[in-house]
Amino acid sequence: MFQFIIILGVVLLLVILFTLFRISRLVSVVKGSDKKVASTSNKVNAALFMVFLIGGFGFFFWYSWTYFDDYNLPVASDHGVWTDTLFWVTMAVTGIVFIITNVLLFWFSYAYQHKDGVKAKFYPDNVKLELLWTVVPAIVLAGLVFTGLQAWNDITSAASEDAEIVEIMGYQFAWGVRYPGVKDNALGEYNYQLIDAVNQFGMDLKDKNSYDDFMPIEMHIPKGKEVLLKIRARDVLHSVFLPHFRVKMDAVPGMPTHFKFTATKSTQDMREELGDPEFDYFVTCTEICGKGHFSMKLKLVVDEPADFEKWKSEQPTWLKLNPDYLSKVPEEKRELAKIKAGIVEGDENNLKASI
Amino acid sequence: MATADIHITQEAHHDDHEHHDEHHGNFWTTYVFTIDHKMIGKQFLITGIFWALIGGALSVIFRLQLGFPDMQLEWIRPLLGQWVTPEGKLDPEFYLALVTMHGTIMVFFVLTAGLSGTFSNFLIPLQIGARDMASGFMNMLSYWFFFISSVIMFISLFIETGPASGGWVIYPPLSALPQAVNGSGLGMTLWLVSMALFIVSQLLGGINYITTVINLRTKGMSFSKLPLTIWAFFITAVIGLLSFPVLFAAALLLIFDRSFGTSFYLSDIFINGEALPNQGGSPILFQHLFWFLGHPEVYIVLLPALGITSEVIATNSRKPIFGYKAMVGSILFIAILSFVVWAHHMFVTGMDPFLGSVFMLLTLIIAVPSAVKVFNYLTTLWKGNIRFTPAMLFSIGLVSFFISGGLTGIFLGNSAIDIQLHDTYFVVAHFHLVMGSASFFGLMAGVYHWFPKFYGRMMDAKLGYVHFWLTFVGVYMVFFPMHYIGIAGYPRRYYSFTNFDTLNTFSDLNMFVSIAAIITLGAQFIFLFNFFYSMYRGRKATLNPWGSNTLEWTTPLNPGHGNWPGEIPAVYRWPYDYSKPGAKEDFIPQTVPFSETPESNLPHENELIKLESDTDEDVIVVDEK
Repeated sequence: MFQFIIILGVVLLLVILFTLFRISRLVSVVKGSDKKVASTSNKVNAALFMVFLIGGFGFFFWYSWTYFDDYNLPVASDHGVWTDTLFWVTMAVTGIVFIITNVLLFWFSYAYQHKDGVKAKFYPDNVKLELLWTVVPAIVLAGLVFTGLQAWNDITSAASEDAEIVEIMGYQFAWGVRYPGVKDNALGEYNYQLIDAVNQFGMDLKDKNSYDDFMPIEMHIPKGKEVLLKIRARDVLHSVFLPHFRVKMDAVPGMPTHFKFTATKSTQDMREELGDPEFDYFVTCTEICGKGHFSMKLKLVVDEPADFEKWKSEQPTWLKLNPDYLSKVPEEKRELAKIKAGIVEGDENNLKASI
Repeated sequence: MATADIHITQEAHHDDHEHHDEHHGNFWTTYVFTIDHKMIGKQFLITGIFWALIGGALSVIFRLQLGFPDMQLEWIRPLLGQWVTPEGKLDPEFYLALVTMHGTIMVFFVLTAGLSGTFSNFLIPLQIGARDMASGFMNMLSYWFFFISSVIMFISLFIETGPASGGWVIYPPLSALPQAVNGSGLGMTLWLVSMALFIVSQLLGGINYITTVINLRTKGMSFSKLPLTIWAFFITAVIGLLSFPVLFAAALLLIFDRSFGTSFYLSDIFINGEALPNQGGSPILFQHLFWFLGHPEVYIVLLPALGITSEVIATNSRKPIFGYKAMVGSILFIAILSFVVWAHHMFVTGMDPFLGSVFMLLTLIIAVPSAVKVFNYLTTLWKGNIRFTPAMLFSIGLVSFFISGGLTGIFLGNSAIDIQLHDTYFVVAHFHLVMGSASFFGLMAGVYHWFPKFYGRMMDAKLGYVHFWLTFVGVYMVFFPMHYIGIAGYPRRYYSFTNFDTLNTFSDLNMFVSIAAIITLGAQFIFLFNFFYSMYRGRKATLNPWGSNTLEWTTPLNPGHGNWPGEIPAVYRWPYDYSKPGAKEDFIPQTVPFSETPESNLPHENELIKLESDTDEDVIVVDEK
């Protein structure tokens, strides 16, 4: 019954609209306004352009000003400050052009609306004017290009030797992180064919560098020290996105990528800055990867350097957590593996000798 | 251009014409398997409108999810069936399918086939003075390949595993592995088959457009006298001809990877507890191939819209288009540059950073000819005597979108800034304004402007105004807020943001966008009513309702097969002699010789009068250029 009433209402509304349409057409035929080159509608449309211009800019400025803190994401990395500056410089340049051109567009539309007896100006070209607005944008864009290139080259340059290495791997639908370990500070080799339910990273246990690698459930990085993210994917494309650090790089199966950056604010710093004790940094995915694309979130903690070293040394190695895999370690390296993995206390000198 | 060519075609077409007079053809040859370019244009238009409705409806469904994440969608179950989960929510995988199909449909089926297909077909012969396309049969094939492609894509919407859902860019490995997402099964196969047929259709059409423009121009119609619409369609066809085969190659290799165990794009993959044997392939290769088409594709949808706008703005400002040569030059320059900027879609794919800097440089150069076009439109409006026909309103709207969306391209083309903005809502806002909405407005401007030529009747102007204002304001309300959401870092193609931002800062704004999207889609029904009602009941049009200079308005009200009943008129001047000082009227059609308008001729035009009499005697004419 209720549905029937709704349908009836809709039908009635359509009939009324149609009748109004017919009446207005008949009126315009009687008045002869449909024969005129430009009727009252012309004035109305011209005026509406001005209304739109003023109203539109009103909303634009109001929202941009009032909600600035909502859409302006705080920045927490060295290069992020730089790219944000570029962003706002570009915003200023394009903002001015945006306002000028839209004002001209709608103002001209309004000012030069049809008037009886007026003839438009025959003005087919003006080479000087055209040269002017070819050259000026070219110069402005050249400026933007070169500042952009400087930043880009710096961001993509090689990481320093002592950068903190963290491997991050995307898979449906989560991120895994692997640290090179405190004993050798080098990531072990991997091979995708060795991946299984436990050995998520496909670590090759023939490589001695893998024995002290560890995979925590959340990502930690130090503040103020360069971090080199080594990025890979296991199944389909993913993209590592650290919004607050202005870091984004695709994770590609079969083609490891990397991104280096330096965090400038610890989690604690950011909590104080935002006045939000619950705040946490996070990693998320920005390349469509299937059903759970939207849910690939990993907590990221930025520690003070000392806290970071402490956290690292407290992490149990993967091999220690999964001692079953010792059987996959070649016989002659097994002792070394136990020591590096922290399964047995080993003597530093013995360790070196055996290496 | 020697007139010899023209003579042959004239005679050939003259035969056609007599043939046509003898029998009028039955329903099938007139409306279905027609080789008349005007009917084929209308077929493309109607099919395009059908797809636009589907594409728009899909977008509203996923906007419901984004704007009202808690909404009960049980009521839509009759339509979507299993894609509504038992809890009454949209299935996350189907959400991806909706996004994918919305993109595919809008980019290819509406804005490529619906726009180029309609207006290149309809306008090229009419505006250059030809009886029909160079090959009417190929033209028919072009539509029917498109039709079959449409049918296959449509069927893919209804299959059990769902349509393709790897994004409209179908990046492998996601699109290659059915175990990664359901849509990569049969849905993806149908997508690839459909697109392969679509490309065939585009190539058949494109070759025809190019041949026709080069060979079948009427007497006196030199390239320097072509309307900008034709320049735009011509260059668009060239771009399409060069870039679509590359997409075909990309799709073919993907088909091999999917079905025949090759490893062009696949390497080192462990999925669903299984390590795949594929090694040595590169997913990045696909992206290079895809964007080699994908970026020119942006201009394939945009240039025809800009061409239409040039024509409509000049006509309704009653002014010559400002800087005709610069307009042609910028079209050419954009076309060339469009082939060397593709990798700006790939700054953060792990591509060599040096390559990134080269592409950044090239990308920002393309802003220069675009800026020239905008300034030229503005100057065309300046000191005009503007008539706001619905077509004119849509053209002005297009220029506004082109500015707003184009400027954000300067952010995204800058690789350093793109790091943050890539694949966020900022990108969504950017391309929906500059490519989606601008092209759509070009399409609308074209339909309103040439409707009298389509059907010999006028569309209702008042309904057109209402349609324009609702759509114009609606589009800005939908896409402008997305810039803010993007600057805040919200990634695109997210089913829900509960995981991304626990505070849901933008839930209000997202709701606003969704409501605006529903209103905008609703407004299109006003257009539909106007279109179909006016087709049968619209006021009878006059021969040249807009006071326009171009050739199509010299044909009869409902031109038959062959377009002009007698001889094809010759052309003496460029198409933009509006409000010429001294002239009796504020427009002088292209068919009026300079000898008849001594009062308004410019000095150099008086010298051309001598040549005109020569043309009348069918002497070989060399282009004035």
